[in-house]
Amino acid sequence: MTRYRVLVRPKAGILDPQGQAVERALPALGFDGVANVHVGRLVELDVEDASQLPAMCEKLLANPLIEDYEIVTP
Amino acid sequence: MKFGVLRFPGTCDEVDAQLACERVGEAVILWHGDRDLQGVDAVVVPGGFSYGDYLRVGAIARFSPVMESVIAFAREGGPVLGICNGFQVLCEAGLLPGALLPNRSLRFVCRQVDLVVEHADTAFTNACVEGERLSIPAKHQTGCWYAPPALHEQVEANGQVLLRYASDQSFNGSLADVAGVRNEAGNVFGLMPHPEHAVDPLTGSVDGLKIFQSIHDHVAARVPA
Repeated sequence: MTRYRVLVRPKAGILDPQGQAVERALPALGFDGVANVHVGRLVELDVEDASQLPAMCEKLLANPLIEDYEIVTP
Repeated sequence: MKFGVLRFPGTCDEVDAQLACERVGEAVILWHGDRDLQGVDAVVVPGGFSYGDYLRVGAIARFSPVMESVIAFAREGGPVLGICNGFQVLCEAGLLPGALLPNRSLRFVCRQVDLVVEHADTAFTNACVEGERLSIPAKHQTGCWYAPPALHEQVEANGQVLLRYASDQSFNGSLADVAGVRNEAGNVFGLMPHPEHAVDPLTGSVDGLKIFQSIHDHVAARVPA
């Protein structure tokens, strides 16, 4: 079993109100100079056969219509 | 006719949906773990928070045993109505176009909204008149309908948008004010607002009943008694 990470992000150009809310909140706390904030999801998983990871992402871990995914190899 | 109303862990509107169906026909609850649709003539996927909305709204429910049967039922032309979380489940299952994103405000919104009927010659709106306004409550946090430009164009060209929020009442950021959309074949329909909560004068509107009446009349016309 090998530990993998899958990063799931809203597709570019898709409304990301969570990212916008965080981007607005940071200056309010005094953190200036922050732009292009996007909030996604991190999935960590141990897998035996890493060749199945793309199918797992396409079918369940991400919705390809609205999200991009990136498989981070250990 | 007989409706089947699905119940997943986390569903919360199945009883109202069943009561709404019973105003026009019979209705049974179908448990998510059972594959048997019990010979129903139409399926309602009701609102709630199936599987706790884990991962993504509707993403896990889509793979439940009952959904395998619902997908087969829909492929054979059986009428399927998805309400709120049910709409999200049907989009995840690929039975309806697009996806539901978090409301632009990021807030859970609960309010009565006016919907405009775009097409009245369908299995789900035949009891309505084109251009008619329906007053129906909406209550959700993830109801911003989205489709990539090419898909959206195709959905509009096919006349698949059956309900839109009235122009002054869109609140969730939905593309082109879409409130409800059907599949290309016309036998699957999903909407974010809750017609099952608008079937009795006691709660302010009976407009939602027209959706259930439409399904009943569609099935009755298709299968002579």
